[in-house]
Amino acid sequence: MNSSNHKQKIYFDHSATTPVHPQVLEAMMPCFSANFGNASSVHSFGQEAKVALEEARRQITAVINAEPSEIVFTSGGTEADNLAVKGTAQFFSGRKTHIVTSAVEHHAVLYACKYLEKNGFEVTYVPVDKFGLVSPDKVAQAIREETCLVSIMHANNEIGTINPIPEIAALSKDRGILFHTDAVQTLGKIPIDVKEMNIDMLSISGHKIYGPKGIGALYIRRGIQIEKIMHGGKHERDRRAGTENIPGAVGLGKAAEICSRSMEKDRVKLTELRDDLQRKISDILPEVHLNGHETKRLPGILNMSFPGAASDSLLLSLDLKGIAVSNGSACSSGTIEPSHVLKGLKLSKNLANSAIRFSLGKENTPEEIDVTVGVLQEIVSRLRGLKRGKKLIAA
Amino acid sequence: MEQNIKETVLVAMSGGVDSSVAAALLHERGYQVIGVTMNLWDYDRVGGNLNKDSGCCSVDTMDDARAVCHKLGVPHYMVNFREEFEAAVTDNFISEYMDGRTPNPCVRCNTYIKWGVLLQKAEELGADKIATGHYARTTFDEESGRYLLKQGKDGHKDQSYALWGIRQQGLERTLFPVGEFTKPEIRQIARNLGLRTAEKKESQEICFIPDNDYSRYLKKKRPELETHLQDGEILDEQDNLLGVHKGYPFYTIGQRKGVGIATGQPVYVTEIDAGNNRIKVGSNNDLLHSGLVAENVNWISIAALKEGIEIEAKIRYNSPGAHAWLQPKSNGNVEVRFKEPQRAVTSGQSVVFYQDDLVIGGGIIESSVKHQG
Repeated sequence: MNSSNHKQKIYFDHSATTPVHPQVLEAMMPCFSANFGNASSVHSFGQEAKVALEEARRQITAVINAEPSEIVFTSGGTEADNLAVKGTAQFFSGRKTHIVTSAVEHHAVLYACKYLEKNGFEVTYVPVDKFGLVSPDKVAQAIREETCLVSIMHANNEIGTINPIPEIAALSKDRGILFHTDAVQTLGKIPIDVKEMNIDMLSISGHKIYGPKGIGALYIRRGIQIEKIMHGGKHERDRRAGTENIPGAVGLGKAAEICSRSMEKDRVKLTELRDDLQRKISDILPEVHLNGHETKRLPGILNMSFPGAASDSLLLSLDLKGIAVSNGSACSSGTIEPSHVLKGLKLSKNLANSAIRFSLGKENTPEEIDVTVGVLQEIVSRLRGLKRGKKLIAA
Repeated sequence: MEQNIKETVLVAMSGGVDSSVAAALLHERGYQVIGVTMNLWDYDRVGGNLNKDSGCCSVDTMDDARAVCHKLGVPHYMVNFREEFEAAVTDNFISEYMDGRTPNPCVRCNTYIKWGVLLQKAEELGADKIATGHYARTTFDEESGRYLLKQGKDGHKDQSYALWGIRQQGLERTLFPVGEFTKPEIRQIARNLGLRTAEKKESQEICFIPDNDYSRYLKKKRPELETHLQDGEILDEQDNLLGVHKGYPFYTIGQRKGVGIATGQPVYVTEIDAGNNRIKVGSNNDLLHSGLVAENVNWISIAALKEGIEIEAKIRYNSPGAHAWLQPKSNGNVEVRFKEPQRAVTSGQSVVFYQDDLVIGGGIIESSVKHQG
């Protein structure tokens, strides 16, 4: 109990969600009260709201080099992914019924594809290498005559591996196939230029970048036609029905602006902290393993395996000491599930079952790194020291 | 300061009132409580309708357990034991029925999951003990040096029957705070504490079969059952063919309903012959047994049974217990001879040996001895 005398809780789960930035909150507040109008209304209240909405749209375009008409606000990253995947599929339904994606996509893309498989589509799940990288060659090989969409995530949420999106997007373009990327983890962390990178559709989310939950957006390159998946009024240029979430959009716009402004500074800081954490863990604990790519990796993400220590026991023990990390993907009930991403890396069972993810954010400090390393050493040593029977369950 | 640090206890919380109060009582007594809800199965694996049934392991029950812990200000986690549960409990459940026996999955779950995997998880999380909401009691007996298991204070609710499989090293690290109270008292404590689970109804019999239809469950798990086993023979005690049945696993000893034979007399399933896909039926008298042999025996209050002793034997959950003579056999199994014949002794079920409220031990019924009356 000695190394855990810190009073403050430590949050290392920024890939799950982040706190709302004070300036974001400040920008959002008037939209709940004075500027409460419906952006579709003709009167002055509606016009005020519309102005705020369009300003938010403009802020996003500035970050990814898009045009305002190319941004569709959604309820979050999941809806943006669903709109891209299912909307494209439905537009091409009956003509082009094949989709290429990767085995380690976010569930929003994976399960949208699984759903389409039950509805007449074929999907190729391109495997990744041991670092989690999607190879452009493998994508090229998977493409067929009837492929309508290639969807490959910009960077992986669990291990942080950054994919060669420009190459994959370019080869898709050459074959005349739409290219979508889930950039929920990368917006504001590494540069995105949809024009230069040849991206046709790109999903983003508010709450991963110190914005609010319940807001996201899909960039859809001008001229691209997809079906809508939410029907109702003609909001968002008739691409997504539903009264616009003005506070959310304003929050997302502001958050995108702020994180893009501080991107380089944050990148340097987070990389330093992350590398410090990785080095100290590796120095102090034998037999640890990095999951993901050493360099082609998001700044704040560190996914490591501690063979001999079960990952749920690691996570829970850290939480009992006030340190929040994650492993696998949490489902609605909070159960820890085996990670499809780590499975995709073809890790041994020992490594896959002992992995945890640290995802760092701007407010983390070097002191927190040191406290965490101390606590982790204690926990891993204890777990590794426990005698475990070979077979627990008799027939 | 150091002396005030109480033990850490992992409380298994189902989301029901009993385990909620167990957590609350221990928290009140100064233990460092960690609430844990075990995820043991999911609807993908067992069938049924997620949006209709609300047994344990549903999202609702997890939310209830979490809310209680939040109110107490203690941590709560979900732990995923689905693979272990399948290996220890549901696979065995299916194979027992396939062997013509009637399994008791709660006993397996207690022995191998709660006092197996969960106990191990407690150790990993640095907890000294585990606790559950069972109506049972445990104490240490200085004289014998053994940890004892006793019936709960509430005779109607006693759950010691399902706990006979706990080993000594498990009991040593177990707390049963609810066992000192009656069910109405527990509900009152829950109300006084304002726990949202205070008025929750009792859970159903088999948690992983939320619709209570074990035949449907078996068919889902073994789809070939329906076609391969239909039209099995139904015989009477004299081996006369009375009709055909749907497959022997869908019957249990003593069952009356659903046999589909009209003889003018009530008939009961008296024998299940898995090898020949036959069932036998007979009168209520044909169901009487004078004794049984039990296997997989676990001793609690004694280290081993050296000679015969007088006991009360419970052959099913809610049976009152029957006077009997308990005799060791050479192979580690035991023989139970009832003073009065007992109805429908069923292979696969547990038999638990008591002296007053003390659990001597228990085992699985391997075979029964028919009463020659």
